Amino acid sequence: MNFGFTEEQNMLREQVRRFMKEACAIPRVRELMSTDSAFDGELWKQISDLGWLGLVIPESYGGLGLKWVDLTVVLEETARGLSPLPLASQALASAAILRCGSADHKANWLPAMASGESICTIALYDEPNWISPDAITLTANAVDGGYEITGVKSFVPDALSAQHYLLAVRGPHGLALAAVTRDQVTVKAQPIMDRTKPAGSVSLDKVVIPADFLLPMTEEDLVYITDVGAVAVTAEMVGAAEAALSMTSEYAKERIQFGKPIGQYQGVKHRLADIYVDVESFKSLLYYAAWTVDDEPTELPRAISLAKGYASDAFARIGIDGVGLHGGIGFTAEYDIQLYLKRSKWARPMYGDSDYHLDRVASLGGL
Amino acid sequence: MDFEYTAEENSFRNEVRDFLQQNLPPKPERGKGFVAAWLEKVREKGWVGFSWPTEYGGSNGGLIEQAILREEMALAKAPPLGTSFMGLAWVGPGIIQYGTDAQKKKFIPDILDSKVTWCTGYSEPNHGSDLASIQCKAIKEGDHYVVNGQKIWTSGAPWADWIILLVRTDFDVDVKHKGITCLLVPMNAPGLEVKPIENMAGDRHFAEVFFTDVKVPVENRLGEEGQGWMVTVSALANERSSIGEVTQMFDKLDTLKDLVRKTTKQGKPASEDPRVRRTLAMFEAKIAAMKYNGLRYLTKQIKGERLTSETSVNKLHRASLEIEMDDFAVELTGQAGLQLAGGDRAVDGGSWAKASLGWPNVVIGGGTPNIQRNIIAERILGQPKD
Repeated sequence: MNFGFTEEQNMLREQVRRFMKEACAIPRVRELMSTDSAFDGELWKQISDLGWLGLVIPESYGGLGLKWVDLTVVLEETARGLSPLPLASQALASAAILRCGSADHKANWLPAMASGESICTIALYDEPNWISPDAITLTANAVDGGYEITGVKSFVPDALSAQHYLLAVRGPHGLALAAVTRDQVTVKAQPIMDRTKPAGSVSLDKVVIPADFLLPMTEEDLVYITDVGAVAVTAEMVGAAEAALSMTSEYAKERIQFGKPIGQYQGVKHRLADIYVDVESFKSLLYYAAWTVDDEPTELPRAISLAKGYASDAFARIGIDGVGLHGGIGFTAEYDIQLYLKRSKWARPMYGDSDYHLDRVASLGGL
Repeated sequence: MDFEYTAEENSFRNEVRDFLQQNLPPKPERGKGFVAAWLEKVREKGWVGFSWPTEYGGSNGGLIEQAILREEMALAKAPPLGTSFMGLAWVGPGIIQYGTDAQKKKFIPDILDSKVTWCTGYSEPNHGSDLASIQCKAIKEGDHYVVNGQKIWTSGAPWADWIILLVRTDFDVDVKHKGITCLLVPMNAPGLEVKPIENMAGDRHFAEVFFTDVKVPVENRLGEEGQGWMVTVSALANERSSIGEVTQMFDKLDTLKDLVRKTTKQGKPASEDPRVRRTLAMFEAKIAAMKYNGLRYLTKQIKGERLTSETSVNKLHRASLEIEMDDFAVELTGQAGLQLAGGDRAVDGGSWAKASLGWPNVVIGGGTPNIQRNIIAERILGQPKD
């Protein structure tokens, strides 16, 4: 029984922290935020060289063959510094290919993804607040030479930096992931309040893909991809929430009002303690969920719904209280805590909000 | 990360399970002598004071084995391993750490054999959460102390045989944590008077305890004079894995789900109500968080890291769940939920109603939630003290 990290995982964590501090600190993040894609090719190259893009890709496809627990370490730490790099999208796309792709797909696509040479993202639902197969409406029709797709996929994560897209569609034989490339589609930025999580719409106008580029996806596959997506987002929530807590806690020690640091007032210190309780708790739930992905997959749905069901609303409150406890300064664009509030709002609906996940916990628990 | 147990750990778990299968009949089949026989058998197994050193009658049980034992006992809904909860939880460990050889010989076997029960004399009328400010005083006169003062909210005092008592032996101190001494006092000592207090649930398990010129031999002092605060803090810090509690709470959640399934709300099945479903799921998330927090902290301990005050996290969850789950059940069942045992429409025998009045036992007993929040904010987050 060991519910902790290995020496290697601790070293990986240190490595990511160092990278975020030295190469991708907040001033650089803010520069990237001012662009539509928030993408930095030089940083991408660096994290590719560090092997982070191939963490969960098997060694036979050029990856490191590690587990989601390892990926969790990286996502937690990059999100601590609000990295805008499309790391989670790449990981999720590779997980989808591993799950739904043929041996050829894996051999043809994964090595370039592990090396960072190709950037790939994935988009599932066509409704902004509905997690269900019914929320996939983009359609692929059979034509000579493959399938034709016309329509728009909205809020595709990292759409502007990606070169390859896996888009969930309804095909003639059911749900599928359509693999399309940048030159086949029109990509337009869809600015959202969190500029560190750029999204875009991907428009397809009679795009024809070869039959082999439509990867069949069962409803179970869709559930799996959604669940690992939620694992990735919740890992990012843990890192970002810890950063927001630490920033607010430090501020409370220094800010003097009525002759005392505000952290001495119970109205402030108790809220900080409650935030600590929440972060510790959804962190523990998330670690367990990340472990189930590779080691106990039948437990994944319940485990991730417990984690994200807890985290979605808790982190949103942390974002609000992080700003609130800072007072006026927290409200300024210049101060960083507001960036975490925006991140919490971004994370809340991604791959299911608290209502979705808690309702699912109830169903899985026999209600 | 792994949740595998070693062969030895698994065989220990099997040993516990086998024992329970053979020695724990279903409740209706338990005869008159059951509890006495049970206590003797678990004692024989070495499971009472399981983590205590073997030289004092314990088994030197490891952290994981302790967790396994607690979990299996809770899963089987077994009765406690001894009759003195406080004796086993902190009086015994305190005596092992600070006691003289004579004290160890005198008190430890009786705790392990369930021959005596203990209560804890900490809180006073004016000093509950602010424990270090106690005023109950003891003056040393030759070979004994003379104790005068009052304790209150003393759980178990109406039936306990002994009390572990904090007194002030020195009023002339610069810091209030100094000058406190810990004494072990028999409840039948002349001058000691117990006045039970009825709580809001109608029970009388806590009490006021009055001391009027109570003579306590110096040999009954635990630790040095003036060392009482340290003795108390390290005894209370004898944190136990919360895994047994978690098992019990999952069990309670299942009972609550059963209640939801048989209840209607606004004429419809309560199980279809979004708020009901969400509330139950959030209970589950908090209990699961307690479980995995506990395992994370246990892993730290196994690796030899010291826990600071992380256990306050689970105490806060426990406190809120303890209040909210029963309260939810009472609300869910409307006016019928208000009836206690014997009520003509009482729900589940009035057990939810009763429990909804009993939460302060748990929630206030071991340090109020706001004290736990202070501990987290000050010791973990480094916020300035009040």
